[in-house]
Amino acid sequence: MAQVSSIADEQSSQSITLRIARYNPEKDNERRFMEFNVPYEKWTTVLEAILDVKKHFDHSVAVRYSCRQATCGSCGMIINGKPRLACFTKISELDSNVVTVEPMNNFPIIRDLAVKFERLFDTHHKIKPYLDRDDTELTSDAKEFMQSPEELEQYIQFANCIKCGLCNSACPTMATDSSFVGPQALAQAYRYVADSRDKGKDSRLKIIDDSHGIWRCHFAGSCSQVCPKGVDPAMGIQLLRGYMLGFRS
Amino acid sequence: MRESTIMKIHYGTALAAVALVAVHILMRMTMNFADSLEYETVLANYKFIPYAIMLELILVLLSVHGFNGLRVILLELKQGRLYEKAVSYGCLAAMFGLIAYGSRTIIMTNMGMV
Amino acid sequence: MTQDEHKEGIKGMVNPSRYGIERVAYWLMRLSGLGLLAYFIGHIYETSNILRGRVGWNEFLELTQTTEGHILLAIVIAMCVFHTVNGIRVMLGHGGVGVGKPARPDYPYDPASQNYRHKIGIYSAIILAAIAMMYGLAVMFGE
Repeated sequence: MAQVSSIADEQSSQSITLRIARYNPEKDNERRFMEFNVPYEKWTTVLEAILDVKKHFDHSVAVRYSCRQATCGSCGMIINGKPRLACFTKISELDSNVVTVEPMNNFPIIRDLAVKFERLFDTHHKIKPYLDRDDTELTSDAKEFMQSPEELEQYIQFANCIKCGLCNSACPTMATDSSFVGPQALAQAYRYVADSRDKGKDSRLKIIDDSHGIWRCHFAGSCSQVCPKGVDPAMGIQLLRGYMLGFRS
Repeated sequence: MRESTIMKIHYGTALAAVALVAVHILMRMTMNFADSLEYETVLANYKFIPYAIMLELILVLLSVHGFNGLRVILLELKQGRLYEKAVSYGCLAAMFGLIAYGSRTIIMTNMGMV
Repeated sequence: MTQDEHKEGIKGMVNPSRYGIERVAYWLMRLSGLGLLAYFIGHIYETSNILRGRVGWNEFLELTQTTEGHILLAIVIAMCVFHTVNGIRVMLGHGGVGVGKPARPDYPYDPASQNYRHKIGIYSAIILAAIAMMYGLAVMFGE
């Protein structure tokens, strides 16, 4: 256990205990927690606190991050029991003197807080995350595909997805079903199906219509509750299912 | 069978079962609870052909809905080709078994083979 | 811990403390579904005793028409009502009914699909199940 109380006293009147899950699959048999006393201000994010620990106390803490502004989707982790982006979660809003950070559930652990994203990218790729049509706007004589603001409104919310994986981590089906395509990919399937420029609706609906596809979503809504970008995957999935049940065309 | 077809059947059997089970329960409530379980009353119910048909329908609808629900839960708990096949066929077999067993009661009682 | 997929498992699936009433409704739906299937199988066996004639039927009734049997039946009534009402809510949701319309999200990004209509549906299912259970108890013990 490492203590950092001296820095906390000098720089800030407030400090919290940051509990970081440590686990190296190649060496450790089980996860353990290391505790650090970290100073914070009103605006300090959990990611900044973790980086503070890396800088001053233990450089070996493994964490993935990049943009620090909730755009890259790299720093998803379980913070005080719920999946959140570390760069988008202020310590002050957690309302707790102890902040526990763990790797996201339902993702294999690389080390400590860093997890593997292969499956998320695979399922994302599986639903054809691109405009599917025979013609193209890239030829010299073709015009760009036109779209009205109303048509844009049908999918733009779902285009906000940053592939952070928080929805997959919160999903109760993903907690036990390792073959489930997951809320992230399903919401993206809706994003393209609802796009007026896309012609691949039928093939996409076919892809997700299997025993571990869209029907394994039971509308618990946990995915939408943790989404840091307002994508609301639960809505997208139900609207997508509406096509399959004949409620939408 | 495609999963969407199975799930449409799941929803359809649910809605139909709700309507028929409501009738079944209301029929029980037309009299005193203890009286409704009397041997003669129950026998008369089985011998009344429209009611017997309704019981048979409820049996089929709830068996299909119930065992498909169980299949869904089991498929989500564990994965693997063999396991999933065993679950699907196991639930199907259990469903047919229950329907056969329940139908035997309805048909034999209706035909007076008691 | 093994180098597996780090799945949260059944404990995480049923944990109702983190994701609000929708998650509670999710596992209550499962639990009531399994309970109703078990009851249904038992009920088919129970009613098959009619084939044993009056004596056989009455013998079996003596086994089921007890205080414990009545309490069990009251729980079944509650499960049945919850599963039905919540099932209709979920089915409507699955069809895209009452889940909101896609729109540009604004901070703090409250999800439109987790709206008051569905919350009212869940609470209604729980309240109606409780009322039906109490009514069932009154009918069964009131005689």
